[in-house]
Amino acid sequence: MNDKRLISRRAFASSVALLGLGRRSALAQSFAGLGIDGEGFATVMPGKVFAFPADHGPHPDYRIEWWYVTANLADSKGTAYGAQWTLFRQAMRAGAQAQGWANQQIWMGHAAVTRADTHRYSETFARGGVGQAGVEAEPYRAWIDSWEMRGLDAMSDTTLAPLEIKASGADFRYLLRLDTDRALVLEGDAGYSRKSERGQASYYYSQPYFRASGSVTLDGMPVQVTGQAWMDREWSSQPLASDQTGWDWFSLHLNDREKLMLYRMRQSDGHDYLSGNWISKEGKSEQIFPADIKMMPMASTDIAGRKLPTSWRIEIPARGMAIESIPLNAKSWMGTSFPYWEGPISFSGSHTGLGYLEMTGY
Amino acid sequence: MSRTLWILAVLLSHWRRHPMQLATLLIGLISATALWSGVQALNQQARDSYDRAAATFGGARTAMLVARDGTTFPQQLFVDFRRAGWPVSPVLEGRVQIGGRSFRLLGIEPVTLPAEVGNAPAIGRAGLQSFMTPPGETLVAPEMLSDLDLPQGARPAATSSMVLPPLRVQPQLVPGVLVVDIGIAQRLLDRPDQVSRLLIGKSGAGRAALETIAGDRLRLVEPTAESDLERLTDSFHLNLTAFGLLSFFVGLFIVNSAIGLAFEQRRPMLRTLRACGVSARMLNTVLVLELVSLALLAGAVGLVCGYFIAASLLPDVAASLRGLYGAQIPGELTLKPEWWIAGLVIGVIGALAAATASFAKAIRLPVLAAAQPQAWQQAQHRWLIWQGAFALVVLAVAAGFLWFGDSLISGFAVLAALLLGAALGLPVILEWVLSLSQRSAGRPLAVWFWADSRQQLSGLSLALMALLLALAVNVGVGTMVESFSRTFTSWLDGRLAADVYINASSDAQAAEIKAWLGERPEVEAILPGGRAEAQIGGAPVEILGLADHATYRDRWPLLQSSANAWDRLHRGDAGFISEQLSRRLKLTLGDRIDVPASGGNWTLEVVGIYADYGNPKGQIAVNFAALTRRFPGIPLTRLGLRVAPAAIPALISGLQDKFGLDGNNLLDQATLKAESTRIFNRTFAVTSALNAFTLGVAGIALLTSLLTLSNSRLPQLAPLWAIGITRRRLAVIELLKTLSVALITTLLALPLGLLVAWCLIAVVNVKAFGWRLPFNVFPLQLLELLGVAMAAALLAALLPVIKLARMQPTSLIKIFADER
Repeated sequence: MNDKRLISRRAFASSVALLGLGRRSALAQSFAGLGIDGEGFATVMPGKVFAFPADHGPHPDYRIEWWYVTANLADSKGTAYGAQWTLFRQAMRAGAQAQGWANQQIWMGHAAVTRADTHRYSETFARGGVGQAGVEAEPYRAWIDSWEMRGLDAMSDTTLAPLEIKASGADFRYLLRLDTDRALVLEGDAGYSRKSERGQASYYYSQPYFRASGSVTLDGMPVQVTGQAWMDREWSSQPLASDQTGWDWFSLHLNDREKLMLYRMRQSDGHDYLSGNWISKEGKSEQIFPADIKMMPMASTDIAGRKLPTSWRIEIPARGMAIESIPLNAKSWMGTSFPYWEGPISFSGSHTGLGYLEMTGY
Repeated sequence: MSRTLWILAVLLSHWRRHPMQLATLLIGLISATALWSGVQALNQQARDSYDRAAATFGGARTAMLVARDGTTFPQQLFVDFRRAGWPVSPVLEGRVQIGGRSFRLLGIEPVTLPAEVGNAPAIGRAGLQSFMTPPGETLVAPEMLSDLDLPQGARPAATSSMVLPPLRVQPQLVPGVLVVDIGIAQRLLDRPDQVSRLLIGKSGAGRAALETIAGDRLRLVEPTAESDLERLTDSFHLNLTAFGLLSFFVGLFIVNSAIGLAFEQRRPMLRTLRACGVSARMLNTVLVLELVSLALLAGAVGLVCGYFIAASLLPDVAASLRGLYGAQIPGELTLKPEWWIAGLVIGVIGALAAATASFAKAIRLPVLAAAQPQAWQQAQHRWLIWQGAFALVVLAVAAGFLWFGDSLISGFAVLAALLLGAALGLPVILEWVLSLSQRSAGRPLAVWFWADSRQQLSGLSLALMALLLALAVNVGVGTMVESFSRTFTSWLDGRLAADVYINASSDAQAAEIKAWLGERPEVEAILPGGRAEAQIGGAPVEILGLADHATYRDRWPLLQSSANAWDRLHRGDAGFISEQLSRRLKLTLGDRIDVPASGGNWTLEVVGIYADYGNPKGQIAVNFAALTRRFPGIPLTRLGLRVAPAAIPALISGLQDKFGLDGNNLLDQATLKAESTRIFNRTFAVTSALNAFTLGVAGIALLTSLLTLSNSRLPQLAPLWAIGITRRRLAVIELLKTLSVALITTLLALPLGLLVAWCLIAVVNVKAFGWRLPFNVFPLQLLELLGVAMAAALLAALLPVIKLARMQPTSLIKIFADER
C-alpha cells in the first residue's frame, strides 16, 4: 500500500489527510503531497540568517512547519517517563493569508505520555484564522485547543526559555516547565538541513538543553517528574524527495552533556539518505555527513500489522561512537490519523544516555 | 422425501378441484400481506428519513450547546470552549431561497466535526480541501438535484443575489438541506462571526465548567435517542400502523374461513391417507408445508401489491408529514431486504395462526371417523356462548383502558378491545336477532328463512365480523375527519386575522417595508409579529408575539380565558398557551409557566388557552413588545396587515415590485387559508385511502365466504327445490338472507362506529395531537355508508346467487343420489 509507505515524519502533509478522516485514499493523496514540489510556496535556500523572536513564529509562506518537544523524564523513584508535544501547521494553498474561516492554514496537535508499561496519545485538529490554534512569536505562544506551549515572563529569545507546555487526552495530562540558559542550536549547515541528494531541505533549529520539571498524570494519578527535553523547529515547502518513503530520526542526550541528532531518510531505491549533527558540550553544532554514519536496525516489534525496528545499532567511527538503543516501551505507537512510532529510548555502548526515536512510513 | 411429495401432491389436488377456494385463500393472504407491508414500507421510508435528518450534522442524536435566547452567538465562544478542552464544533443554520423556494442551510466546520456526528467522513473522501477552499461546495441529497432541476456542479443563486458554491451530491443527506462550509454559510446568511450551536463530540479530556466559559449565555442540550421528528410523528405512524394491522386481521379472517372449509372438505382425503399408513405427524408436517408454501407465494404477490400501495400513498404521506411536521421524506420509495423478509415472515406467521384450529383438529383426526362436512359449523355453534362471554370480558377490558389509561397506546387499546369485543359479540347478537325473527315468523317458508339464516350464520360469521369492523372503523374515521375539517375551517377563519402576511428577508427590509406601508392610506393597521424558540419540559416550544390590537382581541379564538385576558397579556406577565401545551404540561388558567429567556426565567401566568391545530410543537402567545424585550435577538421580519379587501391585490403587487417579495414571503389571507386547508386535507387522504382498502378487503371476505358456503349449502336447498320452489325463487331467498344479515350487521356497525369516532376524538386525538374536537354526528354520511355496505353485500352475494339461479337441475337431483 502506497499510502502506508509514504507516511512521513513530522511532516503532516496535506490537510485532507490530517483531518483524520481516516480514509486510505485521502491519506495516499495527502502523503504523496509531501513529495510534490511546493509550487507557489517559498523555497528553502542555503544561507538564511535566522532572526529571533520572529523565526519562533509561523512562516505561512512555507507549506509545512512544526513545533516539536520531546522530554525524557523520571519520577522520584526513578520510574522513567516520556512526553511529547507537537504542533504542525500546513497550508492548503499558497498565496496571501485569507482572513477568518477562509484562512488556508490547518493545524494539527499530537501529544503523548509514555511509560514502560503504557503509551497514551491524543490528537486534535483546527483551522487557522479563527483563534482555535496558532503560534505567536511575541509574546511566545503556540496553542491548539487547550494544549499550549508558552513563554513565561522573562523568556529569552535566544534560549527560548523558560517555557511551559501542557496537553491532555482522555486518559493522560501533563504540565511541564522547561528551562535552560544555553543558546539555540542550528541544525544541518547553519540551519539549512538537507533531506536528499536532490536538494530537498528544510530550515531547522533546536533547543536540546532544556531541563524539564512538572507533573504527569495517568488515569487521574499525578506524579512529579524531572528530566531533560529537546525542542525541534522546522519548516519547509518540500521536505521529501518523491521516492522517499519515511524516516528514522534520533535525538540523543549523551551523558557527557553532548547531544546528537541523526536521521535516515529511506528511499525506495535503497539508497537511504543519512545525516546528523553533533552538538558539543559548548553548544557547537557540527554536521555529520552520510558516509560517516551507520544505522542498523536490530530487533523489531510487530505493531498494528507492521514490523518496526525498535532497537538500533548506531556507529559514527569518526566520533568513536558505537551504541545500541532500546525503547522504553516498544509499543510507543501513535495510532493517530497518520500513524507512526515515537517514544523514549535509552542507549549504551561507547556512550550512554537517553533520547527519543521517531519512525514513520512503516 | 418422495413420500412427502406424494402426500403433498394428493393434498394439492384438492385445490385443483376447488380453484375458487384456492383463490379465496390466496386473496386473503395477499390482502393481509399487501396492506400490512404497504403501511410498513411507508413507516420505514419516513423513519429512515428522520434518521438521516437526525444524523445530519447535529440533529437530536448529538449533545450540543445553544444560546439561551435561541439566537446565534459569537464564534469566539467556539474558540473559548475549544481552548477550555471541550471537543465542540460550530454549526450555523439558516434558510436560503432558491427559485422562490426556501431551504435549510447548514454551515459546518468539517475539521472539528466529531466523527460520531455522522456524515463528515464522506466529505473527507471526496476532498475536504475542495469543500473548504473557495468557491467551496454545496452538499445536497441526491433528490435535491432533480428537485431543483439542476446538474451537479451548478451554482444556484440564493437570497440576496449571492451565488451558492457548486452543488455536490452526498447520499446520506436528507432532501431540503444544503450543507456548506461554515465560513461560506456566514457570508450567505449575512451572519459574520456568528454560530447557531456547538456540537459536542464524545472524546473527553478534562473540561472546564460550562458557566465559567460562557456565563449563562449558552445552555447544554442533551442528546435524545429519539429525534424530535420521531417523537412528533409517532402518532401519525401509529395511526398508519393501526390501519395496517386492522387490514391484516381482516385478511386473516378470510384465510381462516378458507382454510377451515378446505380442511372440512378434505377430511375424507385425510382419513384415506391416514388409513393408507401416513402418520399423523407426517400428515400434519405436509399440511404445514403446504400452507407455508402457499403463504410464501401469496406473500410475494402481496409484497408487490404492498409496494404499489405504498408507492401510490407516499406522495400524500410525504405531503402531510411535510405540512404537519416539516419532515422531508423522499418521494421515491426505497425498500430494504429486511422489508421483504419481514413481510413474508409476517404473512407465514399470520397464515399459520389462522390455520391453528384446523391443524389442531387434523392432529386429533380419528382414522375411522366419518366425514362430516358440517361438523365444524355445529361445533362452532357450541362455542357461541363462550364467545359471547369472552366478548363481554373484552368489552370490560376496553372500559378499563378507557377509565385508567392515560396514553396514546392505551387509547388504541380501547379501540382495539372495543372492536374485538364487538366483533366477537356479533354472532351472538345476530343469533339472538335471527331466532327472535324466527319465532315471530308465521309462514313455514319464513320460518325456514330465518332458521336457515341461523344455520348459515356460523359459516358467515367471520366474514360478517370483518364487515362489522371495516364499517365501524369507516364510520369512526369518517366522523372524525368531518368533525375535524369543520372545526378547522372555522378556527382558521378566526386565527388568520390579518389580511396580508409579509416575511421580510431582514430586519432592515422589514423596517423599510413598514415605513413604506405607513404612507399607504388603505393599510388600516400593521401588526408586527415575532417568534422565539425555547425548551420547556424537555420539548421545543414556540413563543409567539401578538401585537396589541383590536384585530386579535376581536377575532383570535380562545377556548378558555380569564377575565381581562388581553389586558393581562399587554402587561407582559401573562400569556396564552396552546391546548397541546396545556395538556402536555397539565396547565390550566391561573397556573404559572417559566420560559427560559436571556437574563433569567420569564414567569408567565396562563390567562388563556387556545386551539392550535396542526402544530406539533407547544406554543405560548405573549405580547409582542414583551417578547422583544425578553428575546432581543429574534428577527423582526414578520408583519401582518389589515387592509381594505378591495385594495389587497394592488397592495400585494406594489409590495412585490418595490421589495422583490415573492409568493413565499408575501401572502394574502385567502391563499394562506387555501394552503392550510390543502395540507390538512392531504393529512387525511391517506387515512381515507386505507379506510377504503379495508372496506374493500371486508367486501372480499364476505364474497369469499359466500362462495365457499354456496357449494356446501346445496343439500339444504335441494329439498326445497324438490318440494316445488323454483330456482329463481330460491335465488331470491338466498339473496334476501344475505342482505338481511348484512343489514343487521351494518345497523350494528353504525353505533359501534360512532363509539369508535368518539374514542378517536376524545381519547386518541387528544393523546396523539393534543387537541380535542367537538363531537358531531353526520347522519347523511351514515346513510351513505349504509348504502355502500348494502351494495357491497349485494355484490358479494350476487355471484353465488346467479350460480344457483342457473344451476342445472341435475346438480340438485344429484344431491339426493350422493352418498351424503
